[in-house]
Amino acid sequence: MTDFFKSRLFVISILVVAIAATLPLYASGYVLGLLTVAFYFGVFAMSWDLLFGFAGEVNFGPTFLIGVGAYTAGILNNLYGWSVYLCIFLGAMAAVVAGFVLALPALRLRGPYFGLTTLVAVLILQNFVVVFAGLTGGEIGLTIPDVITISANINYWIALGFMTISAAILFGLSQSPIGLVLQASGQDAVQAGALGFNIVKHKLFAFIVSAFFSGLSGALLVFYFGTASVGTVVDIAVGVNVIVAAVLGGRRTVLGGALGAIFLIVASEFLRPTGELATFIVSTVALLVVLFFPGGFLGAALSREART
Amino acid sequence: MDARTTSPPTLQVRGLVKRFGGLTAVKNLSLDLRDGEILGLIGPNGSGKSTAMKSIMGIERPTAGDVVFQGENLAGLPAHKIARKGFGMVFQHSRPLNRQTVLENIMVALLPDSLLMLLPDKALIERAKWIAERVGLGAVMNRRPPTLPFADLRRLELAKAIARDPKIVLVDEPFAGLTLAEVGTFSELIRSFRDEGRAVLLVDHNVKSVAALVDRVLAMYLGEEIVTGRADEVMRNETVRRVYLGGALETHARPETSFKDQVPALEVKDLNVHYGKAQALENVSIHIHHGEFVSIVGLNGAGKTTLFNAISGFLAYGGDIVRDGEKLRGISPAKIARSGIVQCPETRELFGEMTVRENLDLGGQHLSDQERERQLTWLFELFPILKARQDQLAQTLSGGEQQMLAIGRALMMQPKILILDEPTLGLAPVILEQLSKALEKLRQTTPITVLLGEQNVTFALPHADRVYVLEHARIVWEGDPGRFAKEAGAGYL
Repeated sequence: MTDFFKSRLFVISILVVAIAATLPLYASGYVLGLLTVAFYFGVFAMSWDLLFGFAGEVNFGPTFLIGVGAYTAGILNNLYGWSVYLCIFLGAMAAVVAGFVLALPALRLRGPYFGLTTLVAVLILQNFVVVFAGLTGGEIGLTIPDVITISANINYWIALGFMTISAAILFGLSQSPIGLVLQASGQDAVQAGALGFNIVKHKLFAFIVSAFFSGLSGALLVFYFGTASVGTVVDIAVGVNVIVAAVLGGRRTVLGGALGAIFLIVASEFLRPTGELATFIVSTVALLVVLFFPGGFLGAALSREART
Repeated sequence: MDARTTSPPTLQVRGLVKRFGGLTAVKNLSLDLRDGEILGLIGPNGSGKSTAMKSIMGIERPTAGDVVFQGENLAGLPAHKIARKGFGMVFQHSRPLNRQTVLENIMVALLPDSLLMLLPDKALIERAKWIAERVGLGAVMNRRPPTLPFADLRRLELAKAIARDPKIVLVDEPFAGLTLAEVGTFSELIRSFRDEGRAVLLVDHNVKSVAALVDRVLAMYLGEEIVTGRADEVMRNETVRRVYLGGALETHARPETSFKDQVPALEVKDLNVHYGKAQALENVSIHIHHGEFVSIVGLNGAGKTTLFNAISGFLAYGGDIVRDGEKLRGISPAKIARSGIVQCPETRELFGEMTVRENLDLGGQHLSDQERERQLTWLFELFPILKARQDQLAQTLSGGEQQMLAIGRALMMQPKILILDEPTLGLAPVILEQLSKALEKLRQTTPITVLLGEQNVTFALPHADRVYVLEHARIVWEGDPGRFAKEAGAGYL
């Protein structure tokens, strides 16, 4: 851990964040807006990697956690007009509770069944949003009266700061003793048990941490957008993008998730002139990376460093 | 004998039972283990010894019985709780954390089961270093597991198991995959655990491999204890000898000179196979004549299945496998099977949710309808029970019936060379007799060449024309079955 502060990865990360922080001084509002969304997405992907890369559990429903956080925050603000920050906090807490309620029974299942459970949870949430349209805004989307700020610059800095702090916490956790035990249980649950570790407890903890950051990020995102809709925070396709971002960036690296998310969002935007082709091209790149460099961007770089 | 026998046992297992569905893997097992003692739990594959060990550790939940440790009954607790009471287990297969160093891997084992520890403390690192030195990993503790030789990975498993200073150490097949020199070093290590006052329980296949190491041996067969005692007593025990060597054997070997073929049906020359860093086969050479019945005798882990899988084309190998003078390298497993080398695998690999008849029809899929009917009629004469069970799902059959179906499905492919891998695995003696009769009929009435891999000598010898003994990846004996008991039997116990 102490070595980390001297490592190349740490120096590069600090540099990248420092440069990114100066962007509002010269970049256009369009670029800032794009990156603001990408940063929130980065937190989704990093939270997901904590579960997949370390605990070894494939959560096919990251948007269940994101969506619960986003809609709870939005609905509370819409109904009661509570302060934005209270709503964001309560959104994150709602995601934690929902994550706990889902994971407690689901973690008893083995193999693909855990993943399937999380997938079904997304469908249920999606249905809920549509059926209770009076509360949620249904398919049209939920209008949120308040925003954090209308300044593009401040919104950008909030997102960057939030992503940086989340990355530091999630990465630190992944490198801590808890992260080691998680990794051991993900790799061989029987052996980790025989070494005296309560697997369910550790995995549940990982799920709750993942839920907290997903929900928090989802809540922040809706207050940036000023609206919450199924298409932006709940749909399976959004979840797939989160997963692709994390895998693209590099499994078991945490930070890779942020890289992958930024790549995915920026690349889609750059390719926008190609119309429908954009999604196709980005998906193809993602598929090629997963097929030929399963370690992802950062995984490939890190393993090269480890070999030397 | 000394203080050991008079002090109360640290671990008392009483009436341990483990059932999986209809199968009783461990039946009413009782054992005592004292501080500073090594007990060997011995039995052939499928005898329930590993299940017994897992039930003690809490990896499997015992169906009934007590596991009393220092006066406290631990039966039914989950593994992580039992581990914290003072149990450590050495696993046969290691899956270390590949991105962490050896030292960090050992540190994982030392961590508390807590969500509050965010930084490892200094004392923990010192302790991990000490353990690394203790098991002989001192020189490599800053390397990552993928760069280590196989024996060092096994050392890492030992290190993790003793990390938290357990009172009881359980070891699953301590010497699997190790060279003879490494076996010596590992025996020394395990002995030193005992000398520190720990109680050690070893699981292995035969008495011989652990005789020099253990204080006492408990021999198991079909889930039950046969006998407990000193290693030499157990090796002299009549029942143990019968389980491993068979009783008075009646053999019907045809001398090798009676096979007049110029080119053998199958010839394996200097075969070498590696699984990662472990050598599974070392310079193995065998040959089989047309129509001959050859048995490969060897304990679990000796390399039988590896040999068969290499012949069937599933594995990359060094050396050559030659059939009727033609090398098989590069031919796909499907083509090899279709050309008449058919393997009936140890794991049976039946299609559980298909009926018996569908399984058989799949085997005979390449035959014309008329031919398939004829083959089926012949097969039902060989295994009448399959005819009665035709419409039943394969997974609902008993173990013995499943084995018959697996052999039947292989026979539907009209093999020229039939490879049977451990057909007796986990089967009761009465079923063995039926299988035995079927094999005899096969040998008498068909020209099929048979290659049988077995650890059950009683089953393997009676039909064999010739026997090879495979031990630790090498062929150590070849001869006719009549001479087996005299020349190779002692080494096999």
